[in-house]
Amino acid sequence: MTDIADIAPLAPATPARGGRRLRLTRAGWVGVAIIAFWTSMALLAPVLPLPAPNASDLAALANPLPSAAHWLGVDLSGRDILSRIIWGSRTVLTVAPIAVAGATVMGALLGLLAGYYRGAFDSVLSRISDVILSFPVIILYMIILTRFGASALNIVLVITVTKAPIIYRLVRAMTLELAGREYVAAAQMRGEGAAYIMLVEILPNARGPILVDVCLRLGYTTIAIGVLGFLGIGLPPPTPDWGGMVRETYGMISLYPHMAIIPCVAISTLVIGFNLLAVGLRRRTRRG
Amino acid sequence: MLRYAVRQLGYMALTLLGVSFAVFVLNEFAPGDVARKLLGAYATPEQVEHLTRELGLDRPVMVRYLDYLGHLLTGDLGQSLTFKVPVADILWDRLSNTFLLAGVAFAVIVPVAIVFGVAAGIREGSLRDHAITIGANFISSLPEFATGVFLASIFAVWLGWLPGTSPLSRGGNWSIAAQLVMPVLVIALYDVGYLIAMIRVSMIAVMRQPFIRTAVLKGARRRDVILKHALRNALITPFTAILLQVNYLVAGVVVVETVFAYPGFGRLMLQAAMSKDIALVEAGTLVAVLIAMTTQLVGDLAYMVLDPRIRVQA
Repeated sequence: MTDIADIAPLAPATPARGGRRLRLTRAGWVGVAIIAFWTSMALLAPVLPLPAPNASDLAALANPLPSAAHWLGVDLSGRDILSRIIWGSRTVLTVAPIAVAGATVMGALLGLLAGYYRGAFDSVLSRISDVILSFPVIILYMIILTRFGASALNIVLVITVTKAPIIYRLVRAMTLELAGREYVAAAQMRGEGAAYIMLVEILPNARGPILVDVCLRLGYTTIAIGVLGFLGIGLPPPTPDWGGMVRETYGMISLYPHMAIIPCVAISTLVIGFNLLAVGLRRRTRRG
Repeated sequence: MLRYAVRQLGYMALTLLGVSFAVFVLNEFAPGDVARKLLGAYATPEQVEHLTRELGLDRPVMVRYLDYLGHLLTGDLGQSLTFKVPVADILWDRLSNTFLLAGVAFAVIVPVAIVFGVAAGIREGSLRDHAITIGANFISSLPEFATGVFLASIFAVWLGWLPGTSPLSRGGNWSIAAQLVMPVLVIALYDVGYLIAMIRVSMIAVMRQPFIRTAVLKGARRRDVILKHALRNALITPFTAILLQVNYLVAGVVVVETVFAYPGFGRLMLQAAMSKDIALVEAGTLVAVLIAMTTQLVGDLAYMVLDPRIRVQA
């Protein structure tokens, strides 16, 4: 899968000593609003007056279209779509951030080490990350998830492993550049340890591009989780999952298009939210 | 450059070997499973054991892997367990369908991306630039299955202009060309935003170069400056990215193939993975990795030809 992150210009921030605050463009705030909306839906799901996401209302099947009892209608099993959408937001908003956090920590640490020490360690890691990046990721997902089963943990693991090389490349490139700066040389002269220099001197100054990339990664991971659900190799039913909801109903779009369209709209808005936030952050960090 | 190419080919062979082994070993985590799966739940243990022996699954992993490699080198990809035919028979057929879809999509994506990328990049910060950037960002935010559902709802369900599925069957109500329209459109929409952004950034960088200012100051027409001076240089950097789309187009289109029931390679792989059809999964993975690595190598080499300033140390 391609992504826009590769194009993001590397913009090392000025030294972070001044406590510069991250500010957002208007597009960025729209992104924040969308993400906040879905996050609050996910958090409020247990207290909202909703039917249970897996409860079938068989009477509603006679007319599955939106009604007073079911605001967004019901699906093919008579389950309330609004409830499944809101409960489904919990799935994606748990799995995506954990997977991206895993990929970021792993990619950033290895990228720092490779960029700081270079040499054979760097060559081997870069080779491995090139192979993972050139590998058709979706095939890897298929093999691993059909083999080991599609638990939330396995989904997190495959996404972590396949996204980490992207963060690794970014952090490695920035470390290579920042390692030549005067303040790094100064820290070395002071006799600071390598871990201190990497984590305190270099990492904070690379945070702008990393943050932008994390937002982009969140968007793409949301798409990936949706795709897994759609292909039937995501979380097993009856877990309310947006991609899975589309899978179950897209064969019926000639009769009841709303059943597939609504989860598609939900996932699209969340991805747009993450991408807008990334764009809003990037504009600011570039001027930084 | 020759030494570079040879070395890369060596790496490629090594990677393929590693991948083939990894996939093979991965399949080992569910042993015995295959014979049971083929025979169904009511088979006796003796029957399962008999088939396991017949398929040679009772031998150690390394022996079977070497055996598989030997067959692979003579061009024998093995038997598909689910389709009951040689893997090669079904694989090439499905691959050619995917190549058709990917080829048409590629032919649409590249010119569109260049036009919009250049149009946005020649005037950084203009209204047109903003509109194109936002548009590109928006369409690449939509998952393919969502675009597929949206477009199918409009053009197949509501307007009835296009078929909702594309099984590539002849003699139905819809021509092959009509069946290709929506799958191509969905792929193009998902993929083009990235290339537009890529070409735009490259164009912006080139437009700031002194030779562009020289061309403008010497009185060259704006059209000539853009097409002759800027565009050629602006396409060097995105060239690799454009080629790498081939990679996505071959394996990544599984979603689009699923939405439109298109008989392609990606869907074949999904089916094979779900039914644990090892020979098919293994062969398909190798083909996909081979395509990915070949496009990368071609991209690197073409990059060096296009830009004589780049010299890779061999």
